Amino acid sequence: MTSPIAGGVDCDLHPALPHLTSLLPYLNDYWRDQVTTRGMTDLESQSYPPHSPISARPDWRPAKGKPGASLHDLTTHALDPFGTGIGICNPLYGLQMVFSEDMADAFCRALNDWLVKEWLDKDARLRGSIVIPVQSVEKSVAEIERCARDSRFVQVLMLVMGDIPLGKRAYWPIYAAAERHGLPIGVHAGSNYHNPPSSVGWGSYHIEDYVAQAQAFQTQLTSLIVEGVFAKYPRLKMVMLESGFTWLPSYVWRLHKFWRGVRMETPWVDRAPMEIVRSNIRFSLQPVDAPPDPETLNRLFDHMQSDELLLFSTDYPHWQFDGNAVLPDGLSPELVRKIMIDNPYATYTRLNGAGSKESAA
Amino acid sequence: MNVQFRPSADAPVTAKTAIADCDIHPARRSMKDLYPYLAKRWHDHLETYGGHAYQGMMEGPPYPKAQPNASRRDAYPPEGGVQGSSLSFMQQQHLDPNNVALGVLNPLNTGQGLRNQELSAALATAINDWQIAEWTSKDSRLKGSVVVANEDGVASAAEIRKRAGDKNFVQVLLLSRNVEPLGQRRYWPIYEAAQEAGLPIGVHAFGFGGNPITASGWPSYYIEEMVGHSQCQQTALASIVLEGVLERFPKLKMIMIEAGFGWAPSLAWRLDRVWQRLRSEVPHVKRPPSEYIKDHIWWTTQPMEDPERRDHLFQTIDWIGWDKLLFATDYPHWDYDEPSRVLPAGVSDANRAAFYLGNARELYGIA
Repeated sequence: MTSPIAGGVDCDLHPALPHLTSLLPYLNDYWRDQVTTRGMTDLESQSYPPHSPISARPDWRPAKGKPGASLHDLTTHALDPFGTGIGICNPLYGLQMVFSEDMADAFCRALNDWLVKEWLDKDARLRGSIVIPVQSVEKSVAEIERCARDSRFVQVLMLVMGDIPLGKRAYWPIYAAAERHGLPIGVHAGSNYHNPPSSVGWGSYHIEDYVAQAQAFQTQLTSLIVEGVFAKYPRLKMVMLESGFTWLPSYVWRLHKFWRGVRMETPWVDRAPMEIVRSNIRFSLQPVDAPPDPETLNRLFDHMQSDELLLFSTDYPHWQFDGNAVLPDGLSPELVRKIMIDNPYATYTRLNGAGSKESAA
Repeated sequence: MNVQFRPSADAPVTAKTAIADCDIHPARRSMKDLYPYLAKRWHDHLETYGGHAYQGMMEGPPYPKAQPNASRRDAYPPEGGVQGSSLSFMQQQHLDPNNVALGVLNPLNTGQGLRNQELSAALATAINDWQIAEWTSKDSRLKGSVVVANEDGVASAAEIRKRAGDKNFVQVLLLSRNVEPLGQRRYWPIYEAAQEAGLPIGVHAFGFGGNPITASGWPSYYIEEMVGHSQCQQTALASIVLEGVLERFPKLKMIMIEAGFGWAPSLAWRLDRVWQRLRSEVPHVKRPPSEYIKDHIWWTTQPMEDPERRDHLFQTIDWIGWDKLLFATDYPHWDYDEPSRVLPAGVSDANRAAFYLGNARELYGIA
């Protein structure tokens, strides 16, 4: 086992909203009434069925309630054991599944306010991601502007499977706002299920949906790169969360080969795909889709040809590792420092400030 | 992947060693080439209503290709017609100079995956008759693929049984993008019949099944479609493994064609990890997924992964196995891999021989 070092940044924590009704204190009269009068059910996404083994490590599963719903559990399970200095909260509540942009907007604002009040205000180590109503680009930008005033929000959160590919120009105002405020875009595993959750249709099983997250990340990277997002927003970072990363080298080899062949189709892509990945794309550490032998893993790191791409994560409370083995075997001390401290601080520039409710830089 | 191939002085000297080409695309000049093998009713139908595929275009692909017919500009036959439509020019330009000892034909645009199932089945039979009449009976190096109307499992199984034992055919051809992921039950009659006939299943990239070609909807560019074939293939293979197809049909062999192979190790590792967690959902998957992949799956090489450092390529192949790769050029398509240039120096003679010819001969049972 490779030992973590103190002061690291955990880039993928999942505090759980206990229930849709937990948002009631943060909703206005109209939406509070909508939730109660219509008998709305909890917006729990089938990307992570609460009782699925992958959704919570057995020893992190609470006696009752949703895994990840307790601040005390999160800090004692995920922060304290690894000496974590900063933890970034990425709520996965299923707001992206909502079809109405008005409803999505109201719920996202409430969720972001809930995160501040119930989590960020209660533990100084915690930082947040802004969940946006992607159903409306205009409303998403407004929510980024609203939340960005609190410098404890360090990222904007989107899902890897949505209505349209992430590189599409329609989304660019979101990226402009994120870049303007020094917020990376975190792209997390999960779907709004408005499209089949794989590129070849609906599979039968939850396990297929989970495996297919990796392929979804690959098609999104293609979209982001070839549409020219990083030519337009060169300072924008995007972080692939719970994406796996061992697919990256062979994926880039293929993209690079086709880019050489048909780059006349997208002439604004003026750098090789791997260069763009190195400057603008990062990946959370967990899950490590590799066999548990250091030699294979180190070969994979060599294939990635950069030690700046990975950011430490536990993916709490999802079950990606056992015991304290959050870092795979065979990492050098230099790489551990890069993954746990240097790379996250270089990616999340807002972490370099004090982190306060008031104005962000 | 160069459209125009320029020989280089440091090319290995293996070009003239006999090779297998496991992905050749014979083309029809027009749909009329199939009329001799198709009932009159369907001639009229095609001319009135067209093919009625799971995509909007009456003619041509929704993402415009980078070259006419996605083919080499130097591959137009002198007598006219589209690239790949002339046997004599294919012999002159490709089979003879590259010493192709075994060429596997994968006809595309065949009527596979049309919305009208009866038409799709009639076209599949016609394209199989056409392969014998126009290609395999005229050049014994060429072997055909049994094209099936894959959305109709029963009709597909009947077509496979009809061709079983016919030495003109060495595999059954499916495409990766279909109405459902390839492991689904509607396709099981195909696997049952193929296993019974002792024919491997070739799964070639492409197809339109009505699903957006990403899990986030339709992308903008041809390059996204091309790169995306590998993601579609990964998901299709995951479906085959996780539905238990290879447990149910234990003698089935499958070939992943034109979708790359570099992703195979990472996909297998991911499947194994996730299966450890979620195997209670799929009790019919009895072994770690990577074992099914190792035992049942072969990979054609084109478009060959092309890392900056050749040791990265060799390490990737070591993870897959040199005995599982089948050389392919994709002739006459534009992203053709040139046999003499595709494999970097530093490969043992035994691995080189297996890569270019031995593995294909053994898999397809061709002496």
